Parts: sequence; structure tokens; C-alpha cells
Amino acid sequence: MSGRRAAPAAAEEAGATITFNGRKLPARPGEPLAATLLANGVRTVASGIYTDRPRGVFGLGAEEPCAYVRVDSPPGESMSQATRVEVHDGLRAGALRGYARLPEAEEAPRGDRKWAHCDVLVVGAGPAGIAAATAAARAGARVLLACDGPHPGGGLVGAPHPVDGPSAHEWLEPRIAALGDVPELRLLTRTTVTGLHDHGEAVALQRRPHAAPGGAAHRLWHIRARRVVLATGACERPIAFEGNDRPGVMLAGAAVGYVRRHGVLAGGRAVVFGCHDEALWAAVELHDAGIALTAVADARPAPGPAPVAALYERGVGVLTASGVTRTTAGTGGNLNGATIAPIDVHGNATGEGRSFPCDLLAVSGGHDPATALAAQIGGRRRWSPEHAAFLPAELPPGTRCAGAVTGARPPAAARDQGTEAGHAAAADALSAAAGPAGSGSSEAAGSAPPTAEGTNRTPPAALWTVTDTRTDESRVFVDLQRDATLADIREAVEAGMASIEHIKRHTTIGTGPDQGRTSGVLTTGIVAGLLGRSMDGVGGTGARPPWLPIPLTAVAGRDIGELLDPARRTPMHEWHVARGAVFEDVGQWKRPRYFPREGEDMRAAVLRECRAAREGAAVLDASTLGKIMVEGRDAGVFLDRIYTNNFSTLRPGRCRYGVMCTADGMVLDDGVGVRLSESRYLSTTTTGNADTVRAWMEEWSQTEWPDLCVHITDVTDNWATISVVGPRSRDVVARLAPGLDLSPEDFEFMTFRDTLVAGVPARILRVSFTGELTFEINVPAWYGSSLWEAALAAGRPYGITPYGTESMHLLRAEKGFIVVGHETDGSVTPVDVGLGWAVSKRKDFIGKRSLWRPDTAREDREQLVGLLPEDGDHVLAEGAQLVAAPPGTPPVPMQGHVTSSYLSAVLGRSFALGLLREGRHRHGERVYAVHLDRAVPVTVTDPVFYDKEGRRRDG
Amino acid sequence: MTPEPLWRTREPAAGYDVVVVGSGGHGLATAYYLARDHGVRDVAVLERGWLAGGNMARNTQIIRSNYLWDASAGIYEHALKLWEELEGDLGRDVRFSQRGVLNLAHTTHDVRESVRRVNANRLNGIDAEWLTPDEVKKLVPIINTSPDLRYPVMGATYQPRAGIADHDQVAWGLAAAADRLGVHLIEDCEVTGFQRSGDAVTGVQTSRGPIAAGKVALCAAGHTSVLADTLGLRLPLQSHPLQALVTQLLEPVLDTVVMSNTVHVYVSQVDKGELVMGAGIDGYNGYGRRGSFSTIEHELAAAVALYPIFAHAHLLRTWGGIVDVSPDASPIIGLTPFDGLYINCGWGTGGYKATPGAGHVLADTIANDRPHPLAEPYALDRFTSGALIDEHGAAAVAH
Repeated sequence: MSGRRAAPAAAEEAGATITFNGRKLPARPGEPLAATLLANGVRTVASGIYTDRPRGVFGLGAEEPCAYVRVDSPPGESMSQATRVEVHDGLRAGALRGYARLPEAEEAPRGDRKWAHCDVLVVGAGPAGIAAATAAARAGARVLLACDGPHPGGGLVGAPHPVDGPSAHEWLEPRIAALGDVPELRLLTRTTVTGLHDHGEAVALQRRPHAAPGGAAHRLWHIRARRVVLATGACERPIAFEGNDRPGVMLAGAAVGYVRRHGVLAGGRAVVFGCHDEALWAAVELHDAGIALTAVADARPAPGPAPVAALYERGVGVLTASGVTRTTAGTGGNLNGATIAPIDVHGNATGEGRSFPCDLLAVSGGHDPATALAAQIGGRRRWSPEHAAFLPAELPPGTRCAGAVTGARPPAAARDQGTEAGHAAAADALSAAAGPAGSGSSEAAGSAPPTAEGTNRTPPAALWTVTDTRTDESRVFVDLQRDATLADIREAVEAGMASIEHIKRHTTIGTGPDQGRTSGVLTTGIVAGLLGRSMDGVGGTGARPPWLPIPLTAVAGRDIGELLDPARRTPMHEWHVARGAVFEDVGQWKRPRYFPREGEDMRAAVLRECRAAREGAAVLDASTLGKIMVEGRDAGVFLDRIYTNNFSTLRPGRCRYGVMCTADGMVLDDGVGVRLSESRYLSTTTTGNADTVRAWMEEWSQTEWPDLCVHITDVTDNWATISVVGPRSRDVVARLAPGLDLSPEDFEFMTFRDTLVAGVPARILRVSFTGELTFEINVPAWYGSSLWEAALAAGRPYGITPYGTESMHLLRAEKGFIVVGHETDGSVTPVDVGLGWAVSKRKDFIGKRSLWRPDTAREDREQLVGLLPEDGDHVLAEGAQLVAAPPGTPPVPMQGHVTSSYLSAVLGRSFALGLLREGRHRHGERVYAVHLDRAVPVTVTDPVFYDKEGRRRDG
Repeated sequence: MTPEPLWRTREPAAGYDVVVVGSGGHGLATAYYLARDHGVRDVAVLERGWLAGGNMARNTQIIRSNYLWDASAGIYEHALKLWEELEGDLGRDVRFSQRGVLNLAHTTHDVRESVRRVNANRLNGIDAEWLTPDEVKKLVPIINTSPDLRYPVMGATYQPRAGIADHDQVAWGLAAAADRLGVHLIEDCEVTGFQRSGDAVTGVQTSRGPIAAGKVALCAAGHTSVLADTLGLRLPLQSHPLQALVTQLLEPVLDTVVMSNTVHVYVSQVDKGELVMGAGIDGYNGYGRRGSFSTIEHELAAAVALYPIFAHAHLLRTWGGIVDVSPDASPIIGLTPFDGLYINCGWGTGGYKATPGAGHVLADTIANDRPHPLAEPYALDRFTSGALIDEHGAAAVAH
């Protein structure tokens, strides 16, 4: 007889049925799948990743290394520990044999993200965590208590040990109930803190198995805490011996936990093997629950008298200085017996072994404090021989530990530590000077862990492996998750590896989804033995978040689809959509690329749009251009330093084209600066660079020139902007702003007017990016749509045509105007692209010194040129490389590249802009543009193709 | 039978012909090529922690040479050719897999720059192709090429010879080969400063005492600038955390390396079965090998958008390395104002893929006391001359 329920009727009453590997099983809703499987005698749950050996339930919670399953019923999970899947009626799950399969057809369950701030974050809701949270909240702190399981209580749930009297259970219940009475205490159940980060940030995963269909099945919390109390408990550590992986071998504390929490007996006949008193007490509990004990072995020569006496009372003797050397298996590889032999302190057998029949081998090598969260941000631990465990020694700033994580095993001690830690954390958090957790210097672990532990316990022994001369070390599993064995560790050490990090990489120990919770300290112990080093000398591998695997869907949260990067849209966007515009992504913006009419492709649409701009009237939604207000007494001086040209000399009411450089002297951005008044400027930037330029200005203002009185505000979204372009644009604008004198004499190029346009307060700039007469009209964003419609209505008699970015690029290219990101790439100076005239020789500006470095000032750099393909119908590929002759065998020296390339309506042929070595002096030369396998002859020209004299800008 | 150790534990000698500071891939490769190609075998590699435990243990293992500029193409292609020989040279399987690398284009700007790089690569003799979205889909069936994606796949550059190699096996292979040639690999030996005679460096101070050296080569990534600082030599390096992560072991879904600059995610599935992914760099400077979770969130959101099937996978482990970034995102290799002191740093996100190339070129530079021709463009003085090699656009992540 193997596993069963202590009270079988209970399950049937609940009436849940699940399916595991296609088999229907009765279950109790809410219990972990592992409990259901054990209760139904399902012993083999999964198999080894590399060995294919059968594996069963080994642990109780997050430490589980073996029983990995997939959940097929909604919401589905590609991988989970059977110990952490909550059972509900209709659950369908199956064994995970090695590699997980990602279901292609199914939609992953959604994830949500939440943010929270608190004074004290308490991680773990066992006796220490409950006490800490209660104490901190009563002291006036806002507290978050993260509870890994569905209910608080931790290892205390169902425990018979007395805490202040009657039973742990009776202690626990009122305290859990009281959590709800403290107003500033928030309990998050099913919430696992997976990572601690700097500055008091904690990331926690909350599981929501009862979420409505389509609701978020996961919630990822970002918690900012002023203080953190780690009440994370401990993970039970096994002892390794030959055949220690067979289904039926289980941690002793886990076997007890299934009895206490779920009324499930993990076996019918058990051998219990440990090296500390708690393992013996576990034997007592298993016996009392109805499991027959065929043998109890303790590695110590003199185990604690109390549990030995308790077992004796039950007619069970303890084999002292003894250990399990190997197991035997029956059908299906399941455990059916264990061999126990006398052993020395290193676990070497000193005599012949005896076999004991069993279907459960409950083993426990001690308890490893769960210090991983502290270690993630620099906490350190130290080996305590007295506790036979690594205890926290140095904690990250603002962090405290309480309970089993400190090595305190009795619940009463954990509770007292929790109360103390909660009080102290609250006091710190509420003191005026408190910074966030995780800042400042690290702290000692605080009060020493209790040594007497309140009871007259006999100290535990540290035992890693039990072997005899016949032991097959390739069957002694150290990391059950990664199928890594004692033989693997020996091989790594013999390969010269002395660092635990190398051994981890050589053996893969600790790299599984369980993060090696049952194998880490075991490995350190084994390596220490092999190398003759101390435990601290070997240490452990670095802890890396997340403590528990997080489904990627939970990490992505709602940042999916459109919300991956919320798109920015102009106020006129809906109009563009309605007119069938084809959009392109420019930075975060959606911009119309062109407006095709029925039957038009991009080329046809663009030719039509450009023709309208050159011959009649056209209109562009230019709202996405960056707009940055630069205000203050020193705004002019500030802009003089930011731009290569002068802005302090610009008269109010006027505009000026400006270029800004990086410290390297390379073009960063360009645009028009407007002096609105003595101390107010508006800088426009390219669409994609607005935020970069704003941050750039802020950086210089705040870090380098704090003496300048200047305020920088991004007002891009506050304005809607349209460019009315073309020889008839004056007629259009005259209808929109009837009161305004639009004559070129009165409203000069590069000036602006504040006026009413279509009855709306507006600012009109006379600038031009096309070479044509242009009125750039800016109105508050909420009027954008009506302005756009008004302009179209006013322009109808003139055939006004909306155009997109493709035509905008083409029109400016005909004029030889650069676009940052086309003609520049971070390696191009203003001089290279023919903007030397905008570079002041007198004043200082960012990048000035760099411009005069010998290489930057070279005459033979790549320079902006026009390119005319000899075949006027051939449109060059943007990104084609320029070479002197048709290329032969590589490497072929490159002289530049094609930066922009179009078919021009007004030129009646194709043309391009490019950067070409010494290009300014090579007009008329033939070069070749190479794209993939084709080289096309092109003639180098001046980059201005149209209206070189600039006659058209005044209309 | 006890196998031969990969490398032996050595006590530091009083002095060496060459001391290499840092036992990352570059330091190990430098020592290996010094011993193998230049007969310089009195070499020590000093490591403050465990061998190859810095960025060599933390990168995402991607190897490619499809860089834009001639100088970059030169050194990375040199490296790729050495990678192609490396398993034979070392007599060790380093799981070098030329499974190809795709660099996705998501905007018209990306397309333009990608085409430009493909054409430059081809003219430099580097294998490079431009793929349409359909061709991308054929190569990587799990990728979402819907035009409705927030940042749709508009095409990709493809370098078939690119791929991955197991970084631990590479480190151990180089270590074993160097050890066999007589190089001393000394762990737990932190270099804290230098011994000087005028403007010449004559040795190093270490946590295990002074060690004399005919020549000293700094291969300490971001800590190179900390060490150089003790000589009053300021290096233009900024160190940032760069994070990476793995999922659980999965059945095969991806047999190509796919990178995306615009949405900041690059991914491959290693032989073991894990998906290995990298993100954009964290914005702040520092040497702490950990980063912000928000960076991971951005990366995984992008990954799930591009590969919807990944939504079902689990994040198993994240970690941070420290990338040392120079002003033009290209490395600094070569001589210094101090006689006998050589530097190799500033590799940013490109260090791993250059491992054998960097070591080969630096060894030659040290042995001949002049820059290897491929290192010439990477001299420190380019930041004063202005001859920059701006690879911000072509580096794996935007700096």
C-alpha cells in the first residue's frame, strides 16, 4: 500500500475530479496537485531531464526538484511544480518529461502589473512573518505582507508543537484573523517575492488561479519598501546516496507537511533517515498519522534523547551512527526498500548494511535558511557549524531577518524574532531620516540567532552523502532537477575546478527552475570535502532573480499589442485613417507616409502629392515635430551653447534654422528656433529626437550650467501644426486668416505672427522645408482637427492636397535639405553636410573643440552630394554603397553611400542624395552605387536640384 | 583514472615577461596567442575572482562580424575566421554553431541602415543578405511578421556564418591550451596598481604581492579604467549594467539567432534548450552586476510581441554583466603613453564575439610593441584626433 488519505471520505465529499496523464483522480479543491497525486498512490510523476529515470514528489513547496508538471486546462502552464499547482475541479495536468513544450495554438493567460509603496515589506507569512507584520503595523507603519501560499501560517500549519500553550494551530488562527483588523496591513496571498533590487524595490509574482476567464492569471507587483523583513523560512536539505532519486524518496519535513496540511499519507511503510532531531520528530508524526515505520536511522552517534524516547514509547528503535547507503526499486522503478549501514561522520559505511522494506523513505539532512533574496543584492552568509547551516551574516541595507531564515527553528523563537524585527523595521521606516531600503551601507545580520533555541536540543550533524565501497557515484543524485550526480562533481574537481561557480557550470548543478534549493549546500559540502576546504572557503554560487520562475506573459503584463510602446497620434489622426493614409512609425509617432487614392501605389501617390506642393497647394500634418520651450533670463546664452549658431542675437519675432552637435562635433539634431520674446524661445526638433533633445538640454542645464537661469519644457503635444505649402498657399491662408497681411514685404520669410486662424488663436511661422512658399500654422492641440479641416476647405479651390512624410522627404531632397537620420548617422559634422555656414567661428558651443580635431577637420571627409543615376528611371536603393569603379573581388574600398533616393516629378527623373568622400570637389564625376549584386553608374552633382536661387519661397 | 586538469593552480612567480590582467576571454586568448604564435611563454594571467567569471560568463554567446565600418568589419571578421578554426586549434568542442544571425528592421529608418550595412558587408567580403519579411518567416517560423505589430518586421539582415559558441567551453578551452603552453593562470589575485620606473610600467601590485613584468596588458573590461587611473591615465569609458536571462529548457523552437535593435531584444536557443535573451543596457553607470527589472520587462514584452509562443515560457534566471562603453562604441586597443603597458577595453556589447580576434591582435601588438594593423584604427588617440569609428548603430544594443 502506498500513499492514501488519512480520512478518505473528505476527498469524495469535496467532489473534485482532476485528470493527470489522462487518468481521472478524486481530489480536494485547493490542495496542491502533489497532495492529490500522493493521496491517489501516483508515485511516478515525472522523469529525469537527462536520465529518463522515474521521479516522484520529493518536497512540499518551492524546493521541489522532481515533480514538474504542465497544466493543460485553462489558463495553462508550460511548467510548474506539482507542489504549487492548486487543484480545482476539472484540472488537467500531465508529467513534464524533461523539456517543456510551448503550446502554439493557445493564447497565454494575461498578466497584470501593480505598483505599491509601503513602509515595511514582510516577505513570508509563517510565525515570524505574521508577528513582524503585526508588530510593524501596530507601530504605525504601512505594511505589506507577502504570503507565498494560499493561506498564512507557513510551516506552522497543522503543527502539533506548542507555541505559548495549546497548539501551533490554536496560536495561529486568531493571529491570522487579526491580520485583517490592522488597517494599514495588507496581506497578499499566493504572492512570492521573486527579487529584491536596489533602492528598496521588490518584485513579486501573485498567482490568481480563480481569475475570471480572460482575466489576469498573474499579477506582477513592483513594491517600493522603506524597510524589508525577510521571514522567508528555510528549505529542507536532503542527504545523497545511491538511488536517492527513486519515487518514494522524499524530504522528511515534506512527508510530515502532507500529513499536517492535507491529511495525506505519502506512503504505507516508511524508513526515516536524518541527522538532526527534527527528522526524528518527523518519524514520530508519521507514525502517529498511521504510517508504519520499518526503520529510523540517525547519522549521529547520540541523537536527542527526547525524540528517541518518544519513538521508543511507540515501539520504534533508532539506529544511531547509521545511514541509508542505497535503495531498491520494484515495479516501475518505485522505491521498495532501503539499506541502512553503520557510518562514520563523513557518511562512509563502516559495516554491512541491512535492508528494510519501505515505500516511503523520508530523509532530512537539515534546513537551509532561504537567504537567496538577500544574496541577490549583496547579502552574505556564513557557515554555522552549530546549526549545520549557512546563516545570514551580512544583510543588504534596510533589511532584517526573522524566523527560520536566521536558523531559529522553534516557532516561538521565530515569533519573538518576528516581533522584534517588525518593531525595529517600523521604527526605522517611520524615522524622518529613513531612505529607501537598499540604499546606504550594508548591515550586520543583527541579533545573533538563538543558540539554546528554547529547548535542550542535541545539535544537528552536517551530512552530505552516504556511500560505501560499492557505491555507484553516478547514481548518487545531488541535483535531482538537473540529474547531476556525485560522479559529476568529482569529475569537475578532477578537471581542476576549484571555484564553486566553475563546478556549477561544469555540472549544471543549481541551474534548474528550482534554483538548486535542495542541491546548493549539498554541493558546497561535497566540494569542501573533496578539496579539503572549509564550507565558507567554498561558499555558494551567486543568487540570481527570480527566486521562482515567472511566466513571460506575466512579465510582459499588458505591454502587449499596441501598448508595447503606446503610439503617439496627432489630433488629425482619425482624418488620416479615414482617408486611407499609409502610416509609418517615426519614433513613437504614427505619421501618414502617403495618402493613396484608389489604384495608386506609393510612387504614384507621392508624385501627385509633390506636384500639388510645387504647382498649387498642399498641406502636411507637422504636429509631430518636437517643440521645446526654452525660457528664462539666460535662454539666449543657453541656446548659443546648445546650437552651433547664435540665438542670443536673434531678434524677437524672428526664426532661425539651427544645428546642434554632440560633444564629438557630430550633428545631433536640427530645426528652427523662434524667439517669441526677450526671454522666451521655442526650439523645434525632428520628430524622432524631441525627447533626446529635451533630455540633452536638461542634462547640460542641470549638470554643467546650473548658473544659467533657464527652464525647459516639452510642449510637443500641446500644439497641432500644419504646413500649408505651395505657390497658392498664400491664397489658402488668406481665407483662413482674413485679417492678416500676408505680403512678403509685411510678413517676411523667417518671421512669425500671432493671429487668429479659422477663428482660433494661432501662431504662423514663415519657414520652408520644401523651398515653396509655406505657412506653418500652430494652434492649441485641441483645435488641430478643426484647423486641418478648415485648411482643406479653404484650399479646395486651389486643389489643396494632403501629403505625407514620403513627399515631405522628397520635396526637401530636391532642395538639398538634410534630414537627421537620413543624411546623418552620428558620424557626420555640420560641415560635412554643407551647413558650415551655420557653425559659428566666434562663440563656444557643444562640440566646437571636436570640430577642429585634425581628423574632424579633414578636407577629404565624406560630404553631402547630389547623385543622378545615368538611367533616369532607376531609383537607387537607399543604403547603396558608393564605389569608384564597378566592384571586383572584396574588399572593395567604399567612398560613401546613398542616404536618400527618389523619383522626382519636377525633375522628371530619379535623383538621390549621398555622402561621398571629398564629394564637394567631385561634382561631375561618375561613381557607382552598389546594392546587393548590382552596380549602377551615377553622376555626382550639387545637392540642390531645384530652385537653386531660392525664388519660390516667397511665392 | 584521474583526468588531466584543464589548468593547474599556480603560485605567482616573482616576475614574468608578460602579465595579462584579467582572465576573461580576451585575456586568455591574448596569453594563448602570445605563447602559441610569438613564443612568449613566460606569461601570467591574473584574475581577481574565478577564471572567466566576468563578462565571459555573462554574455549571450552571439558571434557575428556584420559591422558597418571597415575597421570594425576588419577586426570582427578576423575574429570570425579565428572562431571557425578555434575548435581545431584548441582540440575542444566549444559548441561553435554557425546557425546564422538575423538583425530585424522595424522602421523605414531601420531598413535604410540595414541595407547600407548589408552592402558594406558584402563589399568587405563578409557574408550578408537582406531578407524580406516572408524570407524571415521562412527562416524563423515562430516569428510574428504581421504588419499590424506595433513595430512590424519590415525585413532583416542575415549573416549565415554568424552564430553562437558556449562561452564556458571557450574559456576553458583557451585556459587549457594556454596552460599546456606554460602560461600561468592565477585566480584570486587582484591587481591593485602598478610598479613604475619613470614612464615605463615594470610590474603590478597584487593582493598576493608585487609581480614584476616586462610588459603588462590590461584586459579588465570596465575595470581597465580603474587601473589606468592609478597611473593618472584617464580612459574614456563608461560602465553600465547589461542584463541577460534564460528560460527553462524547451523543446526546439528556434535554430537561428535573432536580434532587434529597435525593440531591444535578442534571442537564441542554445543546445541545452534554454532560450537565452539579452536586453538593452541599463541607463545608469556602475559596477554592480545587477540591473533594473523594468529593463527585463521591456525586453520580454518585446520578445512576446515578436514571438507570441514565448508567452508560455518561464523566466528562470536574470543576471547583469558590466559593459565598458567608449564614446564611439568601439574598442580601444593598443599602446599607451606608458612603455610596457598595453590596453584592450571599451568593447561594450561586442567583446565576446571578438574573443579570438582581440586576443590575436593584442598578442601581436604586445610581441612587436606596435599596433597590429587591424588595431591601428582603435588607438586611444582617436578621441583626440577625431578619427572615430562610430558603431552605435551597429552594436547589438543602442547605447
